[in-house]
Parts: sequence; C-alpha cells; structure tokens
Amino acid sequence: MTDHLLVASGLTAGYDNTEILHGLDLTIPPGKVTVIVGANACGKSTFLRTLSRLIAPSAGQVMLDGKSIHRTPSRELARTLGLLPQSPIAPEGITVADLVSRGRHPHQSLFSRWTRQDDEAVDSALTATKTIDLAERPIDELSGGQRQRVWIAMALAQQTDILLLDEPTTFLDINHQIEVLDLLTDLNGTRGTTVVMVLHDLNLAARYADHLVAIADGRVQISGTPEEVLTEATVRQVFGLDSRVISDPTSGRPIMLPIGRHRMIAIGGMGDASQKESA
Amino acid sequence: MTIPSSTIDGVIAHRRKSARRYRLVLAVLLTLVAAIFAVTLSVGQSITPPGDVLRVLVGEPVSGASFTVGQLRLPRAVLSILAGLCFGLGGVAFQVMLRNPLASPDIIGISSGAGAAAVFAIAVLSMNGPMVSVVAIVAGLGVALLVYGLSFRNGVAGTRLILVGIGVSAMLQSVIAYILQSAPDWNLQEAMRWLTGSVNGAQLGQALPLLLALLFFGGLLLVRGRDLETLRLGDDTAAALGTRVSQTRMLVIVAAVGLIASATAATGPIAFVAFLSGPIAGRIVRNDGSLLTPAALTGAVLVLLADYVGQHVLPGRYPVGVVTGALGAPYLIYLIVRINRIGGSL
Repeated sequence: MTDHLLVASGLTAGYDNTEILHGLDLTIPPGKVTVIVGANACGKSTFLRTLSRLIAPSAGQVMLDGKSIHRTPSRELARTLGLLPQSPIAPEGITVADLVSRGRHPHQSLFSRWTRQDDEAVDSALTATKTIDLAERPIDELSGGQRQRVWIAMALAQQTDILLLDEPTTFLDINHQIEVLDLLTDLNGTRGTTVVMVLHDLNLAARYADHLVAIADGRVQISGTPEEVLTEATVRQVFGLDSRVISDPTSGRPIMLPIGRHRMIAIGGMGDASQKESA
Repeated sequence: MTIPSSTIDGVIAHRRKSARRYRLVLAVLLTLVAAIFAVTLSVGQSITPPGDVLRVLVGEPVSGASFTVGQLRLPRAVLSILAGLCFGLGGVAFQVMLRNPLASPDIIGISSGAGAAAVFAIAVLSMNGPMVSVVAIVAGLGVALLVYGLSFRNGVAGTRLILVGIGVSAMLQSVIAYILQSAPDWNLQEAMRWLTGSVNGAQLGQALPLLLALLFFGGLLLVRGRDLETLRLGDDTAAALGTRVSQTRMLVIVAAVGLIASATAATGPIAFVAFLSGPIAGRIVRNDGSLLTPAALTGAVLVLLADYVGQHVLPGRYPVGVVTGALGAPYLIYLIVRINRIGGSL
C-alpha cells in the first residue's frame, strides 16, 4: 500500500548559525518501522524536523518520491507525510472527536464540505487508537497515555502513508509507552504505514524497530536491523557508554545493560572495565 | 469479537450536534445585534415609535424623528456595529494566531499606534477623511512590525511579544496625550475619543470606508480562517497539517491590523473591545467552530450595548470607551492572575 520513498541526502541544517546536521544521508525503508536513536543534542530531533519540512536545510535535500519536499505544495505533502510533534497544543476544552477531526485539514479546501469520507477517516482513527469511547470527552480530562493516543488518532485521521513521530513516549508511564508503541506497530501491520520515530529508550527502540538508526554528531553512525545496530561497540561510539548487550528473553531482540562505576558484579566478562580499575 | 458498526454514526452525530450548536450561536448573536440596534434607534431621551423609525430608515421625512433617528441615532448605531465587528474580528485573529488572549491588538500597542497616528494626522497635519485611516493602518502595521521585531529571538514567544507590546503601547499612549495637550483648540469630547474611544458625533459618511475595510480585510481573514484555526494546535502541528505557517501569519497580521486601524481611525481605540470579544465568543462557541465570526458579532454587541449604557443608563453621559474600559479592566486582571497560575491559551 505504501511505496512512498523518503530519502534524505547530504542534509545540513541547524538553528541560527549553529549547524547541527552535517551532511546526513538516510533512506527510509517504505512500509517499515524506523527508529532513530542518539544522545541528547546529537541532532535526532533536528533531523526529524528537517525530514518533515519544519526546518529548511541549508544544504542537501529531502526527497519524497524523487521530488523535494520543500518544493511540494504544503497541503499536498500533508496528505502523504504526517508528523506528530513533541509537544502539540490542545485548545482549551476541545473534545477528542473535534481534535481528531482537525487531522482532516489537508483534505479540505475553502469550499469543500465535510464528506462521508472525512467521517470515516475520523471514525477509523478513533477506533484504531481505542479512543472512540472518549470521543465526547474534553481532552484536558484525559490521562497522559490517553491523550497521546488521541494525538496519534489525529495524525491517523490525516491518512498519510508516512508518519513521523518525535519522541511519542516521552512523559508516559512504562505501560503507556508500551501501549503507544504497540499501537504504532499495529498501524504499520494493518495499514502498512511507514513509521519513523525518535525514541529515547534504546531497548524499546531495538524491540520495536525494523530498521534502527543511530545518529551522532549530526550524521548517521550506523543503521540496519536492531541486531546489527545495538551492539556494545555502537553504544560506546554513540553514547560513550560501556555496556553489555544480551538477547532479550521476552522478544529475542537485543537488549542493552549499561555498565556504570557502581553496583557491578564480576561474573564472566561482565564489568571488564571496573575489574581492571579495582585490580 | 464483534466490532460495533455504529461507531461512525456516533462520530457523525457528534459533528452534526456541534454544527447545530454553532449555527444556533451565530443566530442568537445576530438576533442580539439586531435587537439592540432596534432599541438604540427607537429608545433614547425620547421614545420614537417603531413605525416612525422604519419610515425614517426608508427615507421618508418624519417631523422630529428625522433628526433624532436619522442624524443622531442611526449614524451612531451603524458606526458602533461596524467598529465592533472590526475590533472583534481583528482582536480574535491576533489572539488565535498567538494562542494568547493577552496578545490582543489593544494590549500590544497596535490600537494605540493607530490612534497616535490618527491624532497626529488630524491635529498636526490637518488631514481628514479616508487619508486618516490610511495613515492609521500604516502606523498600525509599523507598530506590529516593531513589536514583532523587538520580541524576536529564535522565533517569537508569546509572552515576550506581549510584554514588549505593553511597553510600546504605554509609550504611544503618552504620545497621544502629548499631542492632545499641545493642540489647544481640541475640545474634551474629541480628546476623549482618542483616549478611550467614542462614537459621539458619528456621521454616516464615516461608515462607508469602514464598511469597505471590513469587507476587504475581514474577507481576507475568513478565507484563511481554517488555516488560522490550525495555528491553535501549535505551529509545528499546523505545518504538519499543511498550513503554510509564516505566510498565514503575515496575512493575518496585515488583515487584523487593517481592521483595527480602520476602526480606530473612525471611533478612536474603544477600550478592550478587541481584547474582550474573542474570549467571550470562545466561552459561547467552545470548540464547535471558528471563533472569527462569533467574535466579530460579540464585538458589535459590546460596542452597541456599552454605548447605549453610557448614553442612557448611567447617570450622566459617558463615551462608549469608558464603559467598555470598566468592563475590560477586571477581566484583564482576572486573566493575568489565571495565566500566572496555569499558563494560558485561548
């Protein structure tokens, strides 16, 4: 269903005169879940914002199906490429259904009326995110997890084949983090939506990604399957942290266990660094 | 597991209910404007029977009523409605765009800029008529750019813009006061107009340029109304929904300043109408639809009603701005207290 190809090439961008991305290249695999990780201030958010044309690059470009997104009419682009920003703002007292229907904006024009298709899109977005029972409630009354599902519903109502999300799990309890990530995986499975998100938590990133991308110093350091990317070497290179990477018994995906200076036990190869220090 | 197929009916019902409520709000506000307009025309110091009022409106000479209704009450009421619509619409456009009720043109200096320019044009340059409006619009835009420029650092933050605007506004108020002081042949009534706004001495001739400004700038705003609505979700979300944020913002600034400055040139900066209309409309409309039209109508109701109260209900006669000022000030205080506590959005 989605074969839209989103490609960043030689992307250089930043704020004011501070350059944050230095010639970043990345191809987003269509129909897959891509997760971007990296240390604070490495440029992962800037990259996502440039990818979704919130920031204009000073060099390089983002191409959607071979056409620069900065030269595509804004509304047309918004029908293919959706974005959930890190901190969207809900107007005071707005109900869930009203907020979600705002997602139809790029499908409407000055004189077009609200159609059956718009209603169906809103309904299916509410149903998919299990927020249909909340439809009449004001969004300020909802819990953090519910609210995030509503924002995702709004992005779904936009019916884009590609959905970008900037840290969709921030500020959520762990159960709600899993709920949101499961929902996005469902979406990718059932609608074939290409999902690209920035995540903070390496282990959740490795668990939910088809394609994992590690960014450091404004460039892609490594990308590939979670097994290829989440290695002890990468963690050291990208985060400057010693770690053990083992296989997660619940998912079979790699899981990273950080090695600090304290609370380490010396078993097998674990905690090499601290052993040397104490010797 | 069965999936309820009726959920879409719920979605449709919700949307229809909210569209119905929105139409009801518009109808009620329109009726209110019409009713107050009718009362203003027929009940003043003396009571003119509705029949006589109608005869005057269609142009028949009626002894006594022709003057009171045709020359005094009608121009006053028409100008009140037009100015109210302009203030309400221009005010809410700024408040929605900057997501803050305090970001209203009469708080951030645009009204005082337009007012100062109008006073200068009339008292110092001896201009009159539409040229005054043009000077006021240009000055209003200049102040908007100045406030915008002064508060720009990595993009414009609402709070910084409001604080800068309040400062600029205070400065321009003193410019108005200075010009009024140094022009000796001004009477108190004229001075009051430029200090608080007034429709005293209104003439029908003032209505046409204001109507044209309303149609042009108001039309521009209504056409971009949906894009403006998306700005309420934050600039990032608006852009993600396909709104060209900076283009929309420029257009809204020009249109809203045009409305505010035109109305200010005609009636003076009627205190707090731009500031109050949006939030009042917001309380009534909730999120059932765009705030633009309801806020415009609320502005018209406010000016009509406040002028009537100032003329006939209060002991003595007060210009409309004194009444709206007395209404607006407590709300301003309430808003500042509340925003301090929870952080505000419209």
